Amino acid sequence: MCLGVPGRVEDVWEADGTRMATVDFGGVRKEVCLAYVPQVGVGDYTIVHVGFALTKLDEASALETLELFKSVGLLEEEFGPTESLSP
Amino acid sequence: MSELRDAVDLENWSCPLPLRDHPAIVLGHGGGGTLSSELVEHLFLPAYADSAGVLSQLGDAAIVQAGSARIAMSTDSYVVRPRFFPGGNIGDLAINGTVNDLAVTGAAPLYLTVGMVLEEGLSLEELNSIAATMGRAAREAGVSIVSGDTKVVDSGHGDGIYINTAGVGLIPDGVDLGPHRVRPGDAVIVSGPVGMHGIAVMSVREGLEFGSDIVTDSAPLGGIISELLASGADVHMMRDPTRGGVAASLTEIAKASRTGVDIVERDVPVPDDVRAACGFLGLDPLYVANEGKFIAFVASEDADRALDLLRGHPLGAGATRIGTVTEEHPGIVVARTGIGGTRVVDLPLAEQLPRIC
Amino acid sequence: MKYLDEFGDPELAQRLLTEIERTVTQPWAIMEVCGGQTHTIIRNGIDQLLPDDVTLIHGPGCPVCVTPLEMIDRALAIAARPDVIFCSFGDMLRVPGSDKDLFRVKSEGGDVRVVYSPLDAVRLAQANPDKQVVFFGIGFETTAPANAMTVQMARKLGVPNFSLLVSHVLVPPAITALMESPTRRVQGFLAAGHVCTVMGMSEYAPLVEKYQVPIVVTGFEPLDVLEGIRRTLLQLEEGRADLENAYPRAVAPEGNPVAQAVVHDVFEKCDRQWRGIGMIPQSGWRLAPAYAEFDAETRFDVTAIVADEPEECRSGEVLQGLITPLECGAFGTLCTPRSPLGAPMVSSEGACAAYYQFRRLESPVTAS
Repeated sequence: MCLGVPGRVEDVWEADGTRMATVDFGGVRKEVCLAYVPQVGVGDYTIVHVGFALTKLDEASALETLELFKSVGLLEEEFGPTESLSP
Repeated sequence: MSELRDAVDLENWSCPLPLRDHPAIVLGHGGGGTLSSELVEHLFLPAYADSAGVLSQLGDAAIVQAGSARIAMSTDSYVVRPRFFPGGNIGDLAINGTVNDLAVTGAAPLYLTVGMVLEEGLSLEELNSIAATMGRAAREAGVSIVSGDTKVVDSGHGDGIYINTAGVGLIPDGVDLGPHRVRPGDAVIVSGPVGMHGIAVMSVREGLEFGSDIVTDSAPLGGIISELLASGADVHMMRDPTRGGVAASLTEIAKASRTGVDIVERDVPVPDDVRAACGFLGLDPLYVANEGKFIAFVASEDADRALDLLRGHPLGAGATRIGTVTEEHPGIVVARTGIGGTRVVDLPLAEQLPRIC
Repeated sequence: MKYLDEFGDPELAQRLLTEIERTVTQPWAIMEVCGGQTHTIIRNGIDQLLPDDVTLIHGPGCPVCVTPLEMIDRALAIAARPDVIFCSFGDMLRVPGSDKDLFRVKSEGGDVRVVYSPLDAVRLAQANPDKQVVFFGIGFETTAPANAMTVQMARKLGVPNFSLLVSHVLVPPAITALMESPTRRVQGFLAAGHVCTVMGMSEYAPLVEKYQVPIVVTGFEPLDVLEGIRRTLLQLEEGRADLENAYPRAVAPEGNPVAQAVVHDVFEKCDRQWRGIGMIPQSGWRLAPAYAEFDAETRFDVTAIVADEPEECRSGEVLQGLITPLECGAFGTLCTPRSPLGAPMVSSEGACAAYYQFRRLESPVTAS
């Protein structure tokens, strides 16, 4: 479960005391409730599930993760096979 | 394929399959997937007793002989809601849908009839808008509306407007398209980016707004197809991937021709915003309806020629080769996934629904 | 698309697969808990790309599959009422009850509507004051915050004709039940990333401790899933059992405290039947007494719900990872997406439907 889609907050307003936003999902825009992410503002990326933003996407962390993927197996490639890590 | 029967006997139904599961029609029966095809095979075909041997071929259009001429005939009904969607309305579909069913059999579409069932209370302004659209679309498609009929039903019984169009076209000598011509090695080509129409319609239903406009791709394909055929490229079969999308069309062709189809997911052209909308709703673009695209199975040596020609035409700008026919896994379409794995692309059960999981 | 495309890069996928291959020296069985992860795995062919020594067991992380039969039947009974507009996520429409599904109820005249968000249901209630609008509140902890806030809004805005049919399920008790089972095969878990976005990671530490089993919080894109698998396998090969976060861009160890507060206000724990598995104690959420007036279960008197599973359906064993769908005698014959016997054949990431969609080439079952 949990189809949570990342999107960028385009603009924020209040309706009936609740913070709402228009979030852009790569060209699709939808109204989203920001009540659970008071730290999220215009320009931030967030994960949205069934109309509610659940968290602020950490860009630095995302980049770090991608770097990790890029470096996976690199030592191996440079220096040749090393001993298996298992005991 | 089921045997033809004289009468439909629901009690002693010997078909092992499930019409019995649904004693009443459900929406899925209109979805263009497995439920629809079962309804046709197990209820309509036996009832209509196909004496001409044409109906059971279940092509986009029927090809019949009249004297020395080969005529293509097709009918389609249009019940889409919402009636107005980005880029068009039900009137565009009503004309182009039937025109395209004729065109993909190789016929030059010529004449259409229009039957309308109107619900009491439908606004004349809306009807006028739809009719005007149909007139314009017919002119653009080069067809004439030659006959029509209009009925009105009580308010509450008709969903605004239902339109049926039936069309007739002429197949030129030497044009012979169909599953019987599909061969291993054939190139599978799509005439342009997919998923636009289905998402345009769903955008209204789901209350989505699109930053760039996703509009229907509804368009008449008679012109581009006749150019393709006239180029001399050896085209074996074509289909327009409407309900059920590219997945449904390829699977139907694979089953009918008893060959397998391999496609490469990354090669299937999908506009970025359509892809984003699909991701958001949890839909697979391969299953989303198109109204201005066609799939062509072309002899491999003519693939490049066909692509060049298509790309030179405004309606074929994004034409791409997406796969190849194979002897392996006959009747089944297999896709190489984005990361290099494989998956079977099956006939959808019914219309895709947005999901949360 | 940002934060998506990068995490589906085929070259990086290949790197991770190569690294996984290099890491594995013996057979391991790991489970991805979340149905969304199952979907990614099957849709991308990941299980096929992994070394043969690695067995992926698809967990009961599909709320569609595990929503108890009695609850489905209750939903069907409510949806059939003429005064009700029944709103549901698309996922639930084809799940079979004892006798029919929501699609059939719709065809018989019930007002059943697919909505994207529970907020849509409240708006429908406001727009249709003469009708009862019921929302089918299924899901794991990820969906609970949305449902919870919707109930709070209904109270604040004064929408008395709105109610929620609650059937939330919780992940940690499910993992406990799986690990307590004498027939368990799972040696490591990919925890559901978005569940942890809400609830944080703290509930999993005691599980790692008690059962000495690696648990890696994992995302949903192809690279995320591969990385979760890689880390779990590495732990197993190194004889470790740790709680790791492989989805740090969306999961903080403490989760989302605002969401947790709302969820704990609106819901309370209860015992829950998991379809195909049985009763798992304290594994569900129901509406707290303070919000009882919004509970569809008490608002609608739907009597005599007799829940009957078809005998041939072995979804319970599939959900627990004891058999693959291919080993079930009904798979592809009596039980197909067209005429499902059990929920895992219906849900787009139910293990059986996933196998039917994507794995039929390997099985002797003919396509129907």
